Order: sequence, then C-alpha cells, then structure tokens
Amino acid sequence: MRIALFITCFNDTMFPRTGRAVTELLERLGHTVEFPQGQTCCGQMHFNTGYRPETLPMVRRFAEVFAGYDAVVAPSGSCAGMVRDHHRVVAAQYGDAALAEAVEHVVPTVYELSELLVDVLGVTDVGAYFPHRVTYHPTCHSLRMLRVGDRPLSLLRAVKGIDLVELPAAESCCGFGGTFALKNADVSNAMLADKMRHVQDTGAEFLCAGDNSCLTHIGGGLSRLRTGVGTMHLAEILASTEGDVR
Amino acid sequence: MSAADNVVWLGTPAFPEAARAALADTRLRANLRRATGTIRDKRLAVAAELEDWEELREAAATIKRRTLRHLDHHLLRLEKAVTAAGGVVHWASDAADANRIVTALVKATGEDEVVKVKSMATQEIGLNEALADAGIRAYETDLAELIVQLGGDRPSHILVPAIHRGRSEIREIFRREMGEWGRPAPEDLSDEPRDLAEAARLHLREKFLRAKVAVSGANFAAADTGTVAVVESEGNGRMCLTLPETLITVMGIEKVLPAFADLDVFLQLLPRSSTGERMNPYTSLWTGVTEGDGPRNFHLVLLDNGRTATLADEVGRQALACIRCSACLNVCPVYERTGGHAYGSVYPGPIGAVLTPQLAGIENAASLPFASTLCGACYDACPVKINIPEVLVHLRAEAVEAKRRDRLLPTSEALAMKAAGAVLGSPRRLATVQRLAATGARLLARDGLIGALPGPFARWSGTRDTPVPARESLRAWWRRTRPAGSEGRSTTAEGKGRR
Repeated sequence: MRIALFITCFNDTMFPRTGRAVTELLERLGHTVEFPQGQTCCGQMHFNTGYRPETLPMVRRFAEVFAGYDAVVAPSGSCAGMVRDHHRVVAAQYGDAALAEAVEHVVPTVYELSELLVDVLGVTDVGAYFPHRVTYHPTCHSLRMLRVGDRPLSLLRAVKGIDLVELPAAESCCGFGGTFALKNADVSNAMLADKMRHVQDTGAEFLCAGDNSCLTHIGGGLSRLRTGVGTMHLAEILASTEGDVR
Repeated sequence: MSAADNVVWLGTPAFPEAARAALADTRLRANLRRATGTIRDKRLAVAAELEDWEELREAAATIKRRTLRHLDHHLLRLEKAVTAAGGVVHWASDAADANRIVTALVKATGEDEVVKVKSMATQEIGLNEALADAGIRAYETDLAELIVQLGGDRPSHILVPAIHRGRSEIREIFRREMGEWGRPAPEDLSDEPRDLAEAARLHLREKFLRAKVAVSGANFAAADTGTVAVVESEGNGRMCLTLPETLITVMGIEKVLPAFADLDVFLQLLPRSSTGERMNPYTSLWTGVTEGDGPRNFHLVLLDNGRTATLADEVGRQALACIRCSACLNVCPVYERTGGHAYGSVYPGPIGAVLTPQLAGIENAASLPFASTLCGACYDACPVKINIPEVLVHLRAEAVEAKRRDRLLPTSEALAMKAAGAVLGSPRRLATVQRLAATGARLLARDGLIGALPGPFARWSGTRDTPVPARESLRAWWRRTRPAGSEGRSTTAEGKGRR
C-alpha cells in the first residue's frame, strides 16, 4: 500500500523520532511510505483558538498535498481529528467548490496510526518487542473525536515483553488542550497534577499515548518532578524490536 | 437593563482569574470532586440499564431540534391551550420585562411574599432581587437553593446549587441565618444530613402553609394540551405548585414541546442524566386551573431574553435544546476543578460556556468559550446530543472576530497567530524556523530540557520542562536519507492520474 505520512508540524519539529518510527514500522509491514514535502500543518491551533479564516490556507494545502494516496497516516489523534471533523467545515465556510470537493476526496483516506494498522492493514501484532512496564493514556481526541476505542491497547497487548498496566481515570483529560494550557494555565496545571499522580500510581516506566502534544505536557510535568517516568509515542513502542534497548 | 446584567454576574473577573481563586480553595475542590464523582458514576450506571439509551438520546435531540425550527408555531399553540385551560399567558422580551410582569402580578394579589420552586429562568432574570426592590420577599424552597439564599451566596451548579458547600458549612449557615428568614434552626443542630434536612423541613413548612403566591420555572410545557411540568426530588416544588392560590411560572421559550406524548422521552432521560436516578421522586404536571384543586390563578410568563437571537445562529442554536440536567457539568474536568462561580454566570460549566455568551452577548462573556480543553466529555454525556465542543469553537471564532472589530491594533495573540500562520503556510519557511528553533533552544536548554520560558510561555514552563526541538526535523531527515522520488513532491498530479 502506498501510504503518505502526515507527520504534523509539532512532531516534525519536536519529535521526528516518532515519524521515523512510523516509517520503520510501516515499511517493516511491507508498505511504501512517502513523505510529501509540501505538507505543513492541519490548522488545528488556529481553528480551535478562533482564528478561523487563517485556517483556510492550511486546509487548502493539506487537500492538495495529500491527494491521491491509498492512505494518509498521522501519528496524532488530535490532528487526524482536526482533518476529519473540521476541514470540511472550513472549506464550506471560506473555500470554493473545488476545495470542498478536494477535501471530500482526501478526508476519507486520513487515519490515525492505530486505525490504519487495525482497520486498514488488519494487524494487531506488529512484531514489536518492548520489555518495560507501560501505561497508556487515551488522549481525548483519539478517544472522543476519532473513537479509536481499544485499538491502541490491542496493539500494545500484542507487544512482546511488555507489562501493560491500566491507568486509573485514564479517560479524564490531562489538561493540555492546546492554547488552553496557556490561557487557563492554572486549571491546566490542576488537571496535570491529577494525571501525573495516576501515572505514578501505576508504577509504569513509560507513559504511552497516540499524541505527542499531550505527552509533552504530561512528560514535561513528570520531568520537572524528577519522577523518572518516561513518555513514548505509541509508534515508537510498536517500532521497537529486540535490537533496541531503551 | 439588558440580558447581560442578569445572566452574567457583573464584576466577576474573567474565567482564568476566577478559576485561579477557586483552585486555591482546597475545601471547595474536595467538595466538588466528591460530589461530581458520585453523580457521574450513578449516571453511568443508570444510563447503562436502558438498552435503548442511545435511541432515547437521538429521539430527544430530534424532538428538540424539530421544535426549535418552528418555535413560533409551537409557542402560539401553547398560548392557545393554556388560555383555553384557564391560564393567562404573558410574553416577556427580556429580563426587565419579565420582572415587571411578575412583580405586577404579585402586587395585584396584595401579598408581599412568595415561595419559589427552584428555577434557572428566574435566576437568569434576577427575579428575587427585582421582587426585593418592590418590597416583596421571595423564599427559595429547594434545599440547595435555600442554603445558597441563606448563605447570601450564588448557585454554583445547575442542579445542585450548593455543591460547593460541605455539611459543616451548611450547619453554620443554618445556625446563623435561619432565624432571620423565619423559624430558626435548633440550638443543638448537628451536621448530620438527617438533622440538617429536618431543620430545613421545619423552617420551610411554615412558609408553605402561609404562602398565597408561588413562583416556579418549568422543565417542559406541552403545546397541544397546555400542560406545564416540573420535575424535582424533594417535594418542595409539589408544595409550592399545589398549596398557594396564585401560581406564576416563568419559562424560557425553548422549553416548549410539541406534544404531551413527547414527555415520554424526556422523563426517562432527565432524571437519569441529572441525578442518576431511574425516576425523579416528584413530577408535577398542571394544565391551567381546576376548580377545587390547586391554584385558582395560573400565569405563564414566556421569556425570550436572548433566545430568539440565539436561534438565529445555525451552529449555536443547538444550545437551546438543553434540558438543564447538568450531566455536562458533572463530567467536565474544568468544572470539577473550578466549580460554578468561576464562570461568572447563572449557567456554569460547559453548557454555560456556550449558552451564556449567546444569551448575554459574546462581549459580556468572551472568556467562557475558552474555558474548556475541548476534551469532548460533555458531548458524550449530553442526553440531547448538544455538540458543545463544536459550539465552543464556533463561539471562539466569534470572540476573536468581535475583538478584531473593536480594535484598531491587533492583540499580541492575533499577531502571534498571524506569524504562525505565515510559517505554517509554507514548508520552506517552516523548515527555516525549525532550524532556527533547534539552534536557539539549545542556548536555553540544560541537559536537553528547557526550564523557564519568557512571556506568555512562562505560565507553561512554571510547572513543566520542555524538550528541545530536534536538531534535525523529520522533513530534513527525509531529504537527507531518502531518494528524491519518495518525497512525494509531485503527488498532486500523480495522485489525480491514479484515481
């Protein structure tokens, strides 16, 4: 299958290792991965902060750059959710008929990583090896916008050597929320404190999620408290093999 | 007086500041966590009992949206049916109008006190204060509203207005204030729930037996029969709705349902969503007046107060489907930490964040649409499927547009967004900024992490370390390691040919 990687602007800049992991993983499963260099951002930050007209160029660019692939994969539930739920809205509000049609074509090909693996490629055991205690945080947009359900967990359960432990109050928001963390910093911190406590209660060595943005927020807090708990994107655990030592 | 004067508590700081104060109150946070957690779990359990829960939600959403599309028609039908049943219908365009009507109706009875059934609509218009200005004392009879009224406080939850109070606080309030308003609390009052309830019962009973006029809200009104409905848990409402001679009901125009039979759906959804009960203990239904049974005079005040304007907004209008169950408050992680007062509005929580700016005008509640992480828990919990995150984001755009209109110079946020838009509009510019950021951040970092950050990011970096941007972005890595063909530069043309 010819799969385009939509890395997302945040991963591209901050966590290229997640993109490398997605690439390794999909190639290991026998697929062709391409990286359209014209890609930038899904426009979520602008859209969710109320800067809606500014989102249009990014929607336009996305529809152009990612047209014509068998599938587009994003290692982010949040950005995949933005494309799936809101690109049509922006196109209808500010765009032209041609854009609306282009968006209509591209949107059904866009998947979050766990959806692509389980639903499209039909695998849950990706042949990974990760001998650590891991707990999984289902990020809000994966959970409630995309409804990925237990796809990430079934992928993690199939990882060799993993000790997967349940996160208490897993479905409660970590408090990141994009610009919410700046605009309502105090509430964000209160939510973060609870999430960190739950993570620590599991005794996990790594916190795993499908969104590096939430992980940056939680991981940044865990690091400040010197908890020793690391964060890992789902893709990185799934890409790990016996040769890797973390 | 405009809608904003009442729906919004003037003088309350914007949400982020009010939230900071609430977060510092450890007792408040403990009370909230316990209360919302309990109701949340009960709601999930009783909703799961119904196999057709999702169908019920869908039915309720459909009925509400259908009704709102022809609201004028259903309201006229309601007026006709209420009048035919011996009631009198009044139309109020705003809060001042409604207060004037109710005050005149009470004055006409010659009474100077009224008993009240818990009602959001009368909170919204500030009726108690307006009655007080006219020399009429309004007694709240709902237990939680009584606690709020005696405490000189404001409600902090739609269903449980005193959710922010613990039982020892309630005991203090009863001991201190009950005597001022009527029968005092017993000297040896304990903070046991049973004793507190008994003190309230005795205090209230005097008022029920004396009252000649009652004021209520309405949960529903059926347009075909003219039947008005109130659901409640304590029986206080039932006392107010049956004992007095005159009953004045103030109802938001969005509460009308086309038919009595529609109650079938809502009376299953509301108690399960709000209190986590299969059925609420008291459901009172009344249709006009009946000789020898209940109030002899019935007035229905139909309140607009911003609702028609809300109806005109295609995305925002869905907030009018709200049945005030407060399920969204109980699942909201933001509400759970801050409580209702931080919203500075009669309607707190997620529904308040979308309803208040619409009823009162975005300029009067501009911080509320941003008081959410958009986690979506409210949408999942809503029994009438109001897509609260969708409306929040829609109103954020309105808030930004309103700021743009009002200012000649853009805000620092607008400038930042513009700059970010320029960078993200071009892969070349993005690549340049990535290189600069990676270099710049290394100057700030220690051990690969960034500590304190300047400007608006200081609030972020106060509690979190930030990783340094990668030395090599993914796009740079790809260019360096992968053959040119896999860059997908010509995918547009290629892709279209392929399809």
